[in-house]
Amino acid sequence: MTDLTKTAPRPWARDALRWDTAVGTLLAVLLVCSFAFVDNFGNALNLSFLIGNTLPIALIALPMTLLVVSGEIDLSVGSTAGLAGAVMGKLWNEGMAIETIIPICVLLGVVCGLVNGLLVTRLGLPSLAVTIGTLAAYRGVAQIVLGSDSVTDFPQQYLDFGSGRIGGTFVPQAAVPWAVLLVVAVLVLHATPVGRSLFAVGASQEAARFAGVRVKRLKLSMFVATGTVSALTGVFWALHYASARYDNATGLELSVIAGVLLGGIDFDGGKGTLGGAVAGVFLLGALQNVMSLVNVSAQSQTLITGVLLVVSVLAPRVARQAGRARARRRSAAAPPPAVLAGT
Amino acid sequence: MSIRTAPARRLAAAVAVVSIVALGAAACGGTTKKSSAGDNSAPSAASTASVDPHAPAKKGLTIAYLPKQVNNPYFTSSDSGGKKAVEAAGSTYKEVGTSSGTDTAGQVSYVNTLTQQQVDAIAVSAQDPGALCTALNQARKNGVKVVTYDSDTDANCRDVFVSQASSEDLGRTEVQLMAQQIGNKGQIAILSAAQTATNQNTWIGFMKDELKKPEYKDIQLVKVAYGNDDAQQSFQQTQGLLQQYPNLKGIISPTTVGIKAAAQYLSGSKYKGRVQLTGLGTPNDMRAYVANGTVRSFELWDPAKLGALAGLTAVALVSGQISGAPGQTYTAGDMGTFTIGQDSTVVLGKPTVFDKSNIGQYAF
Repeated sequence: MTDLTKTAPRPWARDALRWDTAVGTLLAVLLVCSFAFVDNFGNALNLSFLIGNTLPIALIALPMTLLVVSGEIDLSVGSTAGLAGAVMGKLWNEGMAIETIIPICVLLGVVCGLVNGLLVTRLGLPSLAVTIGTLAAYRGVAQIVLGSDSVTDFPQQYLDFGSGRIGGTFVPQAAVPWAVLLVVAVLVLHATPVGRSLFAVGASQEAARFAGVRVKRLKLSMFVATGTVSALTGVFWALHYASARYDNATGLELSVIAGVLLGGIDFDGGKGTLGGAVAGVFLLGALQNVMSLVNVSAQSQTLITGVLLVVSVLAPRVARQAGRARARRRSAAAPPPAVLAGT
Repeated sequence: MSIRTAPARRLAAAVAVVSIVALGAAACGGTTKKSSAGDNSAPSAASTASVDPHAPAKKGLTIAYLPKQVNNPYFTSSDSGGKKAVEAAGSTYKEVGTSSGTDTAGQVSYVNTLTQQQVDAIAVSAQDPGALCTALNQARKNGVKVVTYDSDTDANCRDVFVSQASSEDLGRTEVQLMAQQIGNKGQIAILSAAQTATNQNTWIGFMKDELKKPEYKDIQLVKVAYGNDDAQQSFQQTQGLLQQYPNLKGIISPTTVGIKAAAQYLSGSKYKGRVQLTGLGTPNDMRAYVANGTVRSFELWDPAKLGALAGLTAVALVSGQISGAPGQTYTAGDMGTFTIGQDSTVVLGKPTVFDKSNIGQYAF
């Protein structure tokens, strides 16, 4: 039951909390069972594989959560990552220093995000339509830039960072910057005015505007954030798989959205927590890892993931409906009291 | 309650500062392709150490096949050949893989999984020559033997590459077949698989080289199109080629998915019989199109034999009969004796050309 003495009732927190706690619990149960019953799961190498292969999704899920909370979506993240990787490969082949290339790639991500954001906010186009368009466009540019090349000869110390672990532990080196970004994202969404504005905009854009939120600017900066982090992910991807190709990270946007959806972020905006999104992403990653280890075929894996997603969208709704029905039955049984007693 | 967001100006300033700092730092010298060349240490290539050509073939091994794509008819038939051979040799066969032919990350995670499961050998058809390297070398460090078949990785990431036919043979013969069909004259196009496919790109390289010969001076290669080994995309690419080049005389498609889709489009269009089509296809796929006059001849090797040779090569590696060094010989069941050649490559044999006269003798 919620405490009615709170100054601001926050129903979104209550709903999302319940769901993301459920996802987190599910993840914990899966991990514990896998440690206990799945051969070759619990060793450092496998865990580092699991985290390393899930990291690109987990990276983009951070800004994506903020964007979805504000009621928008970015489907061009996979293509932005691919484009950053392609440009990275091309410039590397041209003989530029990698220390120069990486900032250029990140800037490219800023530009990609700006293009998305400006089209959405200045022209008032729906973000779904805009980013489906730029999904194709950015991938096309990547194809033009790198063509059929695949660049693999990046410097060893960078490749080691992309695929190496911290000593003999299960933590990939690249997980450290991700953890930093996670802390930043959590603070922004759950502990700053920016985060409050995001929820306000997602819940009701009009109301937020009247309350003084600069809606367009806020959304624009969120698109820039997804673009920038996608480009960083593209750089990481090329190093992690030691291969820059124009078709890197194809379909990544769907994995990100699936994880965010599973984490209980409402695609109508205004609801969700980062904890849920991260739990959702890693639940899918761990599930895939475990299913492969116990020899579930690729086709069945896709089916299981799909069913899980449908259930994750349905479950909170069914729970809400049941709650409403209960409330209706209660109010029909007893006449409503004129005053709330005892509060 | 008035809520203010970080002004865009501040954001722009931050971006500018970061980039200036980064560029400044980079200007003071950095790691370039030149300066880092040669410091990429790869595990040493195959050694001749502890090889006994007369060692008995081990039984009870697990040989895992990782094709470019599961549910692709070509790999279904190559891997079923592998299954027969591996099981006949007294070992266990398993197949895992991605349902998309361009899901490199998926292939990498399967290599990781197989490493964890401690299989004895992996037979892999690589979607990308470099992307699997880290994972495959990790597998080899953990005692897993790695054979590539159909599509190779970089040479220092596997023990042996089992090649369907020499790339040069394949590339040149496809041009020769096409030249015969169009009378050494006219515009031709290539319909390939993915733009990044290792094997297709190698063959296309030899096709272009073959076209430089004086007898082909009247043939112009106008375009290389990519259908990503997807039937629908290949069909549309064929459509697009003919709209773009109405005078096109022929199409070479060095991929079983591409040639089938192209044949399907041609046989239902006014170009049937006017635009020639050749390339790599399976007799089962192409039978109808040869019968109805859409296609005169095409070529391929027997994918089942390729899969079998990959599996038996893996068994020989695990048994210690070979290590992958050039010059070593081994016997692959009833397929005969093979010798490892340059770059630790074993060649299955010459491709077979199929036409009306012989297509009835093959059932794959």
